[in-house]
Amino acid sequence: MNAFSVMDFNSGLGLAVPEMFLAVTACIILLTDLMLTDEQRHWTGVLSVITLLICAMLTIMEPVDGRLVVLGGMFESDRMAQALKLVTLVTVAVVFVYSTDYLKRRSILKGEYYVLGLFATLGAMVLISAGSLITLYLGLELMSLCLYAMVAFDRDAGIAAESAIKYFVLGSMASGTLLYGMSIVYGMTGTLELSQIATAVHNGFSDNVGLLFGIAFLIVGIGFKLGAVPFHMWIPDVYEGSPTCVTVFIGTASKLAAFALAMRLLPEALAGSQPDWSQMLVVLSVLSIAIGNLVAVAQSNLKRMLAYSTISHVGYILLGILSGTAQGYQAAMFYMISYVIVASGAFGMILLLARQGFEADKLEDFKGLNARSPWFAGMMAILMFSLAGLPPFIGFWAKLGVIQAVLNINYVWLAVVAVLFSVIGAFYYLRIVKLMYFDDPVDTAVLGGSVLMRAVLSVNALLVFGLGIAPAALIAVCQRALP
Amino acid sequence: MMLTDHLLSILIWLPIAGGFALLAFGERAATARWVALAIASATFIASIPLWTLFKAGTSTMQFVERTAWMPGIHSDFYIGVDGISMPLIVLTTFTTVLIVISGWESVEKRVSQYLAAFLILEGLMIGVFAALDGVLFYVFWEAMLLPMFIIIGIWGGPRRVYATIKFFLYTFIGSLLMLVALIYLYLKTGRYELASFQELPLTLGEQTFIFLAFFAAFAVKVPMWPVHTWLPDAHVEAPTGGSVVLAAIMLKMGGYGFLRFSLPIAPDASRKLDWLIISLSLIAVVYIGFVALVQRDMKKLIAYSSIAHMGFVTLGAFVGYQIVSSTGKLAGIELGMDGAVVQMLSHGLVSAAMFLCVGVMYDRVHSREISAYGGVVNTMPKFAAFMVLFAMANAGLPGTSGFVGEFLVILASFKANVWFAFLAGTTLVLGAAYTLWLVKRVIFGEVANEKVAALQDVNGREFFVLSVLAAAVLLVGLWPAPLLDVMRASTHHLAQQLLVSKIPP
Repeated sequence: MNAFSVMDFNSGLGLAVPEMFLAVTACIILLTDLMLTDEQRHWTGVLSVITLLICAMLTIMEPVDGRLVVLGGMFESDRMAQALKLVTLVTVAVVFVYSTDYLKRRSILKGEYYVLGLFATLGAMVLISAGSLITLYLGLELMSLCLYAMVAFDRDAGIAAESAIKYFVLGSMASGTLLYGMSIVYGMTGTLELSQIATAVHNGFSDNVGLLFGIAFLIVGIGFKLGAVPFHMWIPDVYEGSPTCVTVFIGTASKLAAFALAMRLLPEALAGSQPDWSQMLVVLSVLSIAIGNLVAVAQSNLKRMLAYSTISHVGYILLGILSGTAQGYQAAMFYMISYVIVASGAFGMILLLARQGFEADKLEDFKGLNARSPWFAGMMAILMFSLAGLPPFIGFWAKLGVIQAVLNINYVWLAVVAVLFSVIGAFYYLRIVKLMYFDDPVDTAVLGGSVLMRAVLSVNALLVFGLGIAPAALIAVCQRALP
Repeated sequence: MMLTDHLLSILIWLPIAGGFALLAFGERAATARWVALAIASATFIASIPLWTLFKAGTSTMQFVERTAWMPGIHSDFYIGVDGISMPLIVLTTFTTVLIVISGWESVEKRVSQYLAAFLILEGLMIGVFAALDGVLFYVFWEAMLLPMFIIIGIWGGPRRVYATIKFFLYTFIGSLLMLVALIYLYLKTGRYELASFQELPLTLGEQTFIFLAFFAAFAVKVPMWPVHTWLPDAHVEAPTGGSVVLAAIMLKMGGYGFLRFSLPIAPDASRKLDWLIISLSLIAVVYIGFVALVQRDMKKLIAYSSIAHMGFVTLGAFVGYQIVSSTGKLAGIELGMDGAVVQMLSHGLVSAAMFLCVGVMYDRVHSREISAYGGVVNTMPKFAAFMVLFAMANAGLPGTSGFVGEFLVILASFKANVWFAFLAGTTLVLGAAYTLWLVKRVIFGEVANEKVAALQDVNGREFFVLSVLAAAVLLVGLWPAPLLDVMRASTHHLAQQLLVSKIPP
């Protein structure tokens, strides 16, 4: 921070090209949308998806070699950032494809949805590449504010407004707690830059009560953003109350950002206090796995069920992070990416089944899907089996990695708890398969959805299967990202 | 030689690929049946060279294939067979052909999905028996549950949903503990190869933990008393084909797991805990034998008799330590293991035949209650002859396959302890009692009601299936030598492994 010079700043700008491109294009799209009539509105979506894909290309083309800290320590570029940004951009593009159809059928297709989504993505990217506490917070707030607005996007739905208020109030509290924790860490270490914090913590502070105090607040903030028990209360209500196209955004892209937040703060900046935050994460992780899985069994609303399932999956991701080993971080990243792929498919299925005035978010709505559409019943079955962690689907490799991580640090009991609760998890995922295959359909309407959406959804589900058979490439990406 | 180099891969992937292709046939049931039969037969024919080209005198793995699969976690696509797994693979391909034929007319709902599920299941089961890599084994082991879950759930009886979810969760909970043990072993050795697990020195504490984790997986699958309760439910609710696969192949995986994993990886813990397995096996033989006696449902009776018969498999596998401590000689160990493997194969044939017989009657009368039948011999004489033969085999009559395995295991337990042999020997009485009583009530006597009076005898298709099985049962019973020859080197090697302590000095 002290050695800030304009020269450094200019030379580093090249690494932030995707972010700058996204910021500029999002503004252009906002203006373009003003010119469009309602009939042409879907062009906003098309433009947004193209923007995201170009941005993804720019991210791939970025030369990444080790860790580069630029823009006066504010911005950091490494392989993890590149991989997470890429997944975020592609996920958001897929979400936009799923949403366009849904919004049109519910006649709430507005340009603001895309623009807010693009800015939220920008926030996530800034967060992922944050090199200092300031950028971290900046990215987080940019993303969160957009998400609050998106939840309330369907103006006429009372439940959406209620969720938005709840999300906003709790989210601001969590942001405040996080900021408080950051200020304590800053006060203790005297720097905002993550790498310098790491050095400072490494050279002393191992038993510093002040720092521990700060870490506790950071963990609360991270726990809230990830949705770990006991900071999970907002998740089920927000998931259920939001329009499904926003739920999928919160359930995928924002989770990736929250994961980056955890990775930047804990293993990167506070590696020196790893034993301390590991202990805290053990508690969060066990509680999340237990409560998420148990409560999900009692749900009759699919969105709520997936909300509790998210909570339990966050618990498994935390298993990887708390191990404090490179293998554990890789496993957590693999888990996160695979979860995002599966979750976008699962919410995509809800969006596919939804019609005018009909949300398709009850479990019963999936009854007899095999009779209505064997293909999409098969796709949903793949997604559910993957969430249950069964081979040969990607969710199995994710579980394998994190269990290996905790066994590696000799937490056998934690591994046993994790696998036993995943049996409970298997029960409620199988219930969906049961509804689709063993029951007769109540609703016989033909499935909606444009050809594009159906194609993307199929590719999404088949990817879960394909990566389940050959996960080596994705494992390698995670290993390179977090050596 | 190209084909035989990849024989096992072909056996695994041909039915799986064929199964997925079959899904495309949708509602065209007739075509789907013929295509499924072609795929199943091709797989069976492809598995014959596995037996004929198998070199009997060695315990090393044969038909080995190895390709890097996931370098990131040191797991390979590594498959091969020895004398224990090879006959089980042939049994699998053989049974699948019979299942496809037996379901020809009785399955009317979603035929292509039904046949596809069985073909995919076949490939996965062969994968389980062939896998020499821990992760690969686990992937096949778990993936196998999915088609079975679907089979019971869609084509099963009235309580199918309860039965299939119970089946799935019971097996899943055991398997996950096995996964923890596999990862633990991987972290110790740095590889997922089974051979490296078998060579790894482990303290008694570690071995006990690993043994119990494997026990959770395999005991549920066998199933051993008291974790057997999923089996009667699953069997009763499953369609005939599902019952046949469950009884003939899936139960064998538990026994196979004990022989391939528990004994060689944790020999010292097996020695310490052999009392547990032996007593549970004897409880299965005696107590479950009595339970079978009182059943009113034919499928349930056969399900319980399966549990009792599988008790012989676990008894034969684990009785070796007692033989060594009481006689000091190695000879009996192999006897018990040979008996265990023969019993697995024989039970595969006999239980498949028994379930198919019940299926034949169920297709006509639509009841599994014993009281709904009586005097079937009067209207179905050909069928009655088969049923009596299989019932005799189930009771362990000399000359049938059922005798060989039971005899070897009783012989081995005699060397260990006379009381083991006595308790195991009660099966000769109990098995005969419940099976023959079943035959008496169902087949013989006066024609019980007009439904039985209206019965048509077996048609050509059913006659073919049952006579093929009858031939196999008699062949193994009368001339078990070729079978014993192929497995001898492998069981000998396993017996050697048992006796070498793996506790580091």
